[in-house]
Amino acid sequence: MSYQVDEKGFYGEFGGAFIPELLYPNIEELQENYLKIEKSEEFQTEFHQLLKDYVGRPTPLFLAKRLSAKYGGEIWLKREDLCHTGAHKINNTVGQIILAQKLGKKRIIAETGAGQHGVATATVCALKGLKCIVYMGEKDIERQAPNVARMKMLGAEVRPAMSGSKTLKDATNEAMRDWINNPEDTHYIIGSVVGPHPYPDMVARYQSIISKEIKEQMQGLPDYVIACVGGGSNAMGAFYHFLDDPSVKLIGVEAAGLGIDTDKTAATLTLGTPGVLHASRSIMMQDKDGQVIEPHSISAGLDYPGIGPAHAWLKVSDRAQYMAVTDADALKAAVECSRLEGIIPALETAHAFSVLKDLDLKPTDRVVINLSGRGDKDMDTYMRELKLNEL
Amino acid sequence: MQNNLTQLFSSKPKNLLNIFFTAGYPKLEDTTVILKALEEAKVDLVEIGIPFSDPLADGPTIQESSKIALENGMSIEKLFTQLESYREENPEADTPILLMGYLNPVMQFGLDKFCARCASVGVDGLIVPDLPMFIYEHEFKATFEKHNISNVFLVTPQTSEKRIREIDANSTGFIYAVSSASTTGSKADFSAAADYLGKLRDMDLKTPVLTGFNIKNNQNFKDACSFVDGAIIGSEFIRQIAETTDLKQTVASFVKEIKK
Repeated sequence: MSYQVDEKGFYGEFGGAFIPELLYPNIEELQENYLKIEKSEEFQTEFHQLLKDYVGRPTPLFLAKRLSAKYGGEIWLKREDLCHTGAHKINNTVGQIILAQKLGKKRIIAETGAGQHGVATATVCALKGLKCIVYMGEKDIERQAPNVARMKMLGAEVRPAMSGSKTLKDATNEAMRDWINNPEDTHYIIGSVVGPHPYPDMVARYQSIISKEIKEQMQGLPDYVIACVGGGSNAMGAFYHFLDDPSVKLIGVEAAGLGIDTDKTAATLTLGTPGVLHASRSIMMQDKDGQVIEPHSISAGLDYPGIGPAHAWLKVSDRAQYMAVTDADALKAAVECSRLEGIIPALETAHAFSVLKDLDLKPTDRVVINLSGRGDKDMDTYMRELKLNEL
Repeated sequence: MQNNLTQLFSSKPKNLLNIFFTAGYPKLEDTTVILKALEEAKVDLVEIGIPFSDPLADGPTIQESSKIALENGMSIEKLFTQLESYREENPEADTPILLMGYLNPVMQFGLDKFCARCASVGVDGLIVPDLPMFIYEHEFKATFEKHNISNVFLVTPQTSEKRIREIDANSTGFIYAVSSASTTGSKADFSAAADYLGKLRDMDLKTPVLTGFNIKNNQNFKDACSFVDGAIIGSEFIRQIAETTDLKQTVASFVKEIKK
């Protein structure tokens, strides 16, 4: 069974490039060049140099002793929170900015949910001196104020997406419209393993450094790799080099919001059905008429009604298992990680920690959690939800 | 059953006016009122938009109309029901009707069922902006042909000549020449449009070409028709019907003004 993309851009029945003709030249240009460029020595040299000296890679793999004691296995944390800008998102933006330069693009656009991808894009644009416009849902601009300020400080323009649910899905629509209207000089840096082929594969490749390092850092294979999934980029990065190691259990954790039995949820793989969203065929949350259902999660980065096509394929082919964690459980897990290990995780990442209690670990089990981002950006939410100022 | 679109093009007509509007907008039951008014005003083709929650190829005016239409309760099933009663009440109506809709709602409805219903209510062609030609050829073409439904592809100023030829070969209705915002808008830009439309005209395609080049008034319409077979007006028509208290009158005078 292959878990990699085929030559037409599909993972099994999922993926493809369901693009309006207006985007055809842009996508064709990427499809023809992304592998060629990635495989060139010039790209590889610059990419790995920047990952080392600018991003701070390799990130540590840390044995979390107190969490291990509590849950019974050996729990290792892949410290993507220690990357420059505070999350794994920058691995991908470093790769795509080099690609954009090689393609001669002068203007960069991006969508962002939690703002981590927006910050990571604004950062590499500053590094390379390219113009940067980030689309962000109006609701997310409110709940992720520190990241909005960071993008502006880095010189990016933040444009609010005011349609629909005013979150990540709508920011993605606006970014695609921008690209349709500016097809010649603009590169769209998609932040997750979503969108038309080649994005899901391209972003997975740039993020695959995560699992490459885990494999090198760990003596032998882990029993579990766990990561949160919104669109699915950090999970795909953490799974990538383990896909063909069937003994490694891969677990993706989505946001259940208020619960999978409510209408306030973002548990796409648990509740969704096959459909086409943002130019790829995957699993999505939709009503019987095929209209997209607006999701809900306390975490802006997981508040998305779709999922990368590779994850849909991993689920359907039973290679990975997907679980859903509520807002309330994610908050509990965030507190636990903070107090047992001295690490405040991002709200997105906290979802991944919450499944530890459900695994029934043996003492010999070795678990890797991808600690995809740090929680600084979520302090407003943590303060409000955990009533921290009353403690 | 006869395809009115193929019938229309068989006489190689020029100066064709195609009006686009969103089903279920401004009010849910306005679809057939507008359709009848357009038929009476003798537009050459009508294109009805199926609203979608995430219309990523559309600008703000059509996005807004889609949102309101969905809030009004519009759906594919509802649209077919409206078209059925339109046919019953207007057996003589023969203006070609196209539906424009995004792929996902069509797929959820079921492709074969969708095309069969189109044929039974007299829809002649489909425009699915996020259906790529390669997927169309492999997964859709046979079903479209079985139900005698024409498929309309888009081309843009960035589309290569080779690809325009492929699209021409795969088209059974007309080719919809659109543009990106970077090359439309102001009057000064018509020279860019002229280059592009002139190129299309000179390619001597087998398929008629209609353009939706930001056409708002009689002058734009004439300019466009001096190059290609006709033009499509969407956003401007929607803006006009949004503000009116007399739909029939507004539709009639809009069409009359454009075609004068």
